[in-house]
Amino acid sequence: MGRYLLRRLLQLVPVFIGTTFLIYWLVWAVPGDPFAGKCGERPCPPGFVAMMTEKFQLDQPLYVQYATYMKNLFQGDFGTTFGGRSINDIIATAYPNTLKLAVVALAIEALIGLTAGVVTGLRRNGFLDNLVLISTLFLIALPIFVIGFVLQWVLGVQLSIIEPTVSSEMRFPELIVPGFVLGSISMAYIARVARTSISENRRSDYVRTAIAKGLPMRRVVGVHLLRNSLIPVVTLLGTDLGALMGGAIVTEGIFQINGIGRIVYRSIVTKESATVVSIVVILVLVYLLMNLLVDLLYAALDPRIRYE
Amino acid sequence: MSDILVSEQSAVGPTGRPSGRLLEVDDLRVEFRTRDGVAKVINGVTYHVDAGETLAVLGESGSGKSVTAQTIMGILDTPPGFVTGGQVRFHGKDMLKMSFEERRRIRGEGIAMIFQDALSALNPVFTVGFQIAEQFRVRRGMSRSDAKKRAIEMLDQVKIPNAKGRFNNYPHQFSGGMRQRAMIAMSLALDPEVLIADEPTTALDVTVQAQIMDLLAELQRERHMGMILITHDLGVVADVADRIAVMYAGRIVEEADVYDLYAKPAHPYTLGLLDSIPRLDEKGQQLRTIKGLPPNLMNIPPGCPFNPRCPMAQPVCREKVPPLLQIGAGRASACHFAEELVNRD
Repeated sequence: MGRYLLRRLLQLVPVFIGTTFLIYWLVWAVPGDPFAGKCGERPCPPGFVAMMTEKFQLDQPLYVQYATYMKNLFQGDFGTTFGGRSINDIIATAYPNTLKLAVVALAIEALIGLTAGVVTGLRRNGFLDNLVLISTLFLIALPIFVIGFVLQWVLGVQLSIIEPTVSSEMRFPELIVPGFVLGSISMAYIARVARTSISENRRSDYVRTAIAKGLPMRRVVGVHLLRNSLIPVVTLLGTDLGALMGGAIVTEGIFQINGIGRIVYRSIVTKESATVVSIVVILVLVYLLMNLLVDLLYAALDPRIRYE
Repeated sequence: MSDILVSEQSAVGPTGRPSGRLLEVDDLRVEFRTRDGVAKVINGVTYHVDAGETLAVLGESGSGKSVTAQTIMGILDTPPGFVTGGQVRFHGKDMLKMSFEERRRIRGEGIAMIFQDALSALNPVFTVGFQIAEQFRVRRGMSRSDAKKRAIEMLDQVKIPNAKGRFNNYPHQFSGGMRQRAMIAMSLALDPEVLIADEPTTALDVTVQAQIMDLLAELQRERHMGMILITHDLGVVADVADRIAVMYAGRIVEEADVYDLYAKPAHPYTLGLLDSIPRLDEKGQQLRTIKGLPPNLMNIPPGCPFNPRCPMAQPVCREKVPPLLQIGAGRASACHFAEELVNRD
């Protein structure tokens, strides 16, 4: 296990360097004047341009810029925006909001998706099974912004059950509907994967053995059947966690949540290259670590993988 | 109401008698309802096993021997399988009429089962030790450490070397023979009165087969268990069985003591099976086989189901189903010409 972990951690190094360089290069190599629109309607004064060019080393070759950037990054400095704000601060205010939303979304999709999958997997072709199949197909077919706007309009505006937008305090009850919207598509997939997995394993020899041992049905299902059926579900949940932590541009936009997704979107639109790079670098790191976590969890769930 | 009456009657009956049977299958009927039609898999099977004896159930694939065992254990897949008649009595009580809870308690403690392919029958994500100790923990309420101790004892009893060290191994880390030993340890954990072994050696290579059969025979003797050995291997049967029931198309076609059956089979199907064993003194000659195929269970031929393949078939065989009749002490045959078969030179 220790060797496995070490090997996986070492694999992260080239992936991290490769992806961050690619992002750095893509963002700064975008054609166009980096100062366009930075000074209102007028072109920027030459003094400002000279100062910024020196500060961001825009006259240096790209690899020098990248090396300096990485050096600062490893000292915990993500740099500043053109306006001079610390990107560390921006991330520190926005990231907790994204994390809260991600956790709520993940909890909702795991709880509802898994329950629906297990129940329908055990009893196929019943009313509930058909209900779940149809509703999940519905969720998968609809774009997320449709689900978001419809729920916001119906629950928030028409019925006034919820506030249409989330307040800056990000209280937990406020996040249930946005979390549901964010997690809805994955929830549908999880329900379907769990359903297939459960109903396949339900007929397996080891479940028959567990019944023949005279174990209570809830133990047969809860221990022997569930443990095996969870393997594909956990993979799905894990990769989804990585995606959720990357912020949700659409959901954060609809419910006015000041999260990482909105900041990335705004930075891209306003050509805040330094901010874009820094946030994407963090997202890469988060994604890689989540992937590692999934692999470790996967090995913990399925002992046949561990020693390969 | 009638359900209760039946189960009470049968509960009082055999248990009152000193010669009460341990496990009896009585006129059992099972069918599989599929999209293509109804397959009559078990068509009136009757057999019994008593404490300390081994009954071998012999037959080709599809003859219904495993389905009978699954029905006894209550692990028949429903749907498609449905019990349409008959009884399975354990200590005289019809298990088919019991509640799920009542039946569950019999599994493992009263009747236990080992399966053909131990690799798929053991749960791949739990250690072998966990799966054995689980029986002691869940069924006996033992503490984790006591259950572990007992599980190691069980592994020791089935002669797994270094049982203590093997406790934490997963099934895929065991060899085929070791896995089957672990399976045996797991099924014997609660000291069952009857052990059903469903082709326990089919997935193993020949040298290991003999070891596993010896182990099973030894444990059966030690514990004075009743054992139902399901197999299609006549060689395996001769060594360990006391009695043999031969199945064909969901029926018992012959039942006899092992010596009688080998010496003088009373059914042409048994005769055919015995004849098709390869013999050293006939090396180089063509192997003898039973011609034709087992019947389609959705469309069993009228009369004796074996008649299309039978070398002795007469017109009567195509019209009348031969009942399983006693033809001597502890012998029964479902052939119109059983007497003639037994009495030929």
